[in-house]
Amino acid sequence: MNRVDRVDRVSSRERVLGRVRRALADVPRDDGTPYEGAVARAYVAEHGDRSVEQTVDLLAVNLADYRAIVHRCAAADLPAVVAGMVAARGAKTLLVPSGLDPDWLSATNAERVPDRADSSLTELDRVDSVITACAVAIAETGTIVLDGSLDQGRRRITLVPDHHICVVRVPDQVVSAVPQALERLDPTRPLTWISGPSATSDIELDRVEGVHGPRSLEVVLTFNNPFPNPL
Amino acid sequence: MSGSRTSGSTFVGMPAFPEAAHNAVNNPTLRGNLRHATHTIRAKRADAVAELSDWAELREAGKQIKDHTLRHLDRYLVELEASVTTAGGTVHWAADGDEANRIVARLVQETGESEVVKVKSMATQEIGLNEALEAVGVRAYETDLAELIVQLGKDRPSHILVPAIHRNRGEIRDIFRSEMGAWGRPAPEGLTDAPTELAEAARLHLREKFLRAKVGISGANFMVAETGTLVVVESEGNGRMCLTLPETLISVVGIEKIVPTWRDLEVFLQTLPRSSTAERMNPYTSMWTGTTDGDGPRAFHLVLLDNGRSDTLADEVGRQALRCIRCSACLNVCPVYERAGGHAYGSVYPGPIGAILSPQLRGTGSAVDASLPYASSLCGACYDVCPVAIDIPEVLVHLRERVVQGGPVTRDGSKVVLRPAKGHGAERVAMRAARWAFSRPGALRAGQRVASRTRRLHPRSLPGPGRAWSATRDLPPVPAESFRDWWQRTKGGEGGAQ
Repeated sequence: MNRVDRVDRVSSRERVLGRVRRALADVPRDDGTPYEGAVARAYVAEHGDRSVEQTVDLLAVNLADYRAIVHRCAAADLPAVVAGMVAARGAKTLLVPSGLDPDWLSATNAERVPDRADSSLTELDRVDSVITACAVAIAETGTIVLDGSLDQGRRRITLVPDHHICVVRVPDQVVSAVPQALERLDPTRPLTWISGPSATSDIELDRVEGVHGPRSLEVVLTFNNPFPNPL
Repeated sequence: MSGSRTSGSTFVGMPAFPEAAHNAVNNPTLRGNLRHATHTIRAKRADAVAELSDWAELREAGKQIKDHTLRHLDRYLVELEASVTTAGGTVHWAADGDEANRIVARLVQETGESEVVKVKSMATQEIGLNEALEAVGVRAYETDLAELIVQLGKDRPSHILVPAIHRNRGEIRDIFRSEMGAWGRPAPEGLTDAPTELAEAARLHLREKFLRAKVGISGANFMVAETGTLVVVESEGNGRMCLTLPETLISVVGIEKIVPTWRDLEVFLQTLPRSSTAERMNPYTSMWTGTTDGDGPRAFHLVLLDNGRSDTLADEVGRQALRCIRCSACLNVCPVYERAGGHAYGSVYPGPIGAILSPQLRGTGSAVDASLPYASSLCGACYDVCPVAIDIPEVLVHLRERVVQGGPVTRDGSKVVLRPAKGHGAERVAMRAARWAFSRPGALRAGQRVASRTRRLHPRSLPGPGRAWSATRDLPPVPAESFRDWWQRTKGGEGGAQ
């Protein structure tokens, strides 16, 4: 950047901030009130009163409502369920993030494609399916959130392939509502919130599934036996 | 100075709203498309909102968060700049659209690339970025399905969320068939008008562009001051493609898009999807804070855009328009928008929010901007559905007053006094006459009596300059006796009326 540009930038910053300050001449300057007291948050942390089991049920219902395919299984059955999904899809290749629990793949013969920094996008585009864990799932909205941890991988691996398998450990990773999810998430990580497969409302404001992201989203809700008893 | 503000070259020379709306109202295909689309989404939005028992509280919190931020905007801008910089981003400031366009063009040229992929962004539409990039030899590909339809059809956007809302599936198929080949991969043979096939055609057409793109350009729905996080809310996955696949990401964002804290997102991530697409949650939301080693773009530039926002902020009544989160619920419920369509508003911001935003961002110097505060019946449906409770009718009336009476406003950061607009002479004469009569009871009574006695002779429509007014309205019938006379004669109705 040459010197003229730098001068220009500094002066634009001061110009914008100066305009904003003059525009707010009617507003009393900072009175030291902490931000938390400035906004009335009378809304609820979650909607309704559900047991843990009911919250997991709601997650399953809302995921399915937006056309995700939902499976439920005990942790011990997970490898077989994963192998079944891969076989049903006819997937020959499976993208795998580096920190994924290798047991999950112990029953499938699909060729593993590791998530590497130097993979080309064309290579990723040729992969049939991707499997990841998640950071948190939100029942009220039917949302799974990925945060780029080692068992979820780079953002692009869940974007370019056409088929995404996401494993949610229930009930530990499930929250009821959006406010609880934000509390669990780390904003310094790159986050992707996914609610059903790619969709659009751009043709006559009617929802159609399947544009650029994975057109098939399969979510496995896996639990340790015995599933927490609502009693 | 007022000419320095870019308003998107596609809208230059727009006629005033009534003239533009007149053409739209006489287009039966357009009216059918708009009616179908707005009625579809209207009922769904109501259902999605009804699912949340605390909608009113969320709406109030959203309003308060935005108001607080706007009232301390200088502080939060500085905080955001520091957070983004700490996280590895570079922050640029642009006082107007031309400056933002120059910054983006320079950043793209520094990468050596001659094409960019774009996420749908109102801010870049507003400043005419695509045209500015084209002028320096950079081709910008729109990747949102509706933006693609608009770009391929050499058309203008007509809705905030669904810029091609004025097109039905048959028209979209025709555009894809005839235009896709000139931009890249042609439409598949035998493409029908089934929405799933049209979406598939867009997927195939754009995929090669995503996979080779080195520069992505976006806007943002929210910027979090405390963490430096940017948020893009979308449906199709084109946003994720542009935000994560390229090596360089440039985001152009209006200065009003800030929220103070991470926690504040809990309000808007509940109200925005339900208000805009009537979904519990939109399919994809991306959040990024600066750059991440080994994941996504290596360089991130944030261009903070003023372009009339600080001028809008200076208006104590009008500044509430800056709370807008661009959900477009107000367009979908508006009876005027449903009939006139988005193009008549002469701006990338159509509908009720556009009618208060465009004249404030651009001033009321042009015919279309001066007419926009009148593009409303003041029914208030827009205010009812607004998730941040912008009192659009209040601002419309305020702006009408400013157009008719003139007065002090801020343009390009300087205080100026607007002269009363031309063309409202008859209105001003009538209002002055009314003030004179209402402040003189004797004259008012004499006038009312004359009017009552001659009422059978009154015409059905007004002559001269009043004809336009009475062409669409009935003149109120004059009663045989004024209320004041009746009250005095009967002593307030004692002993029975009449």
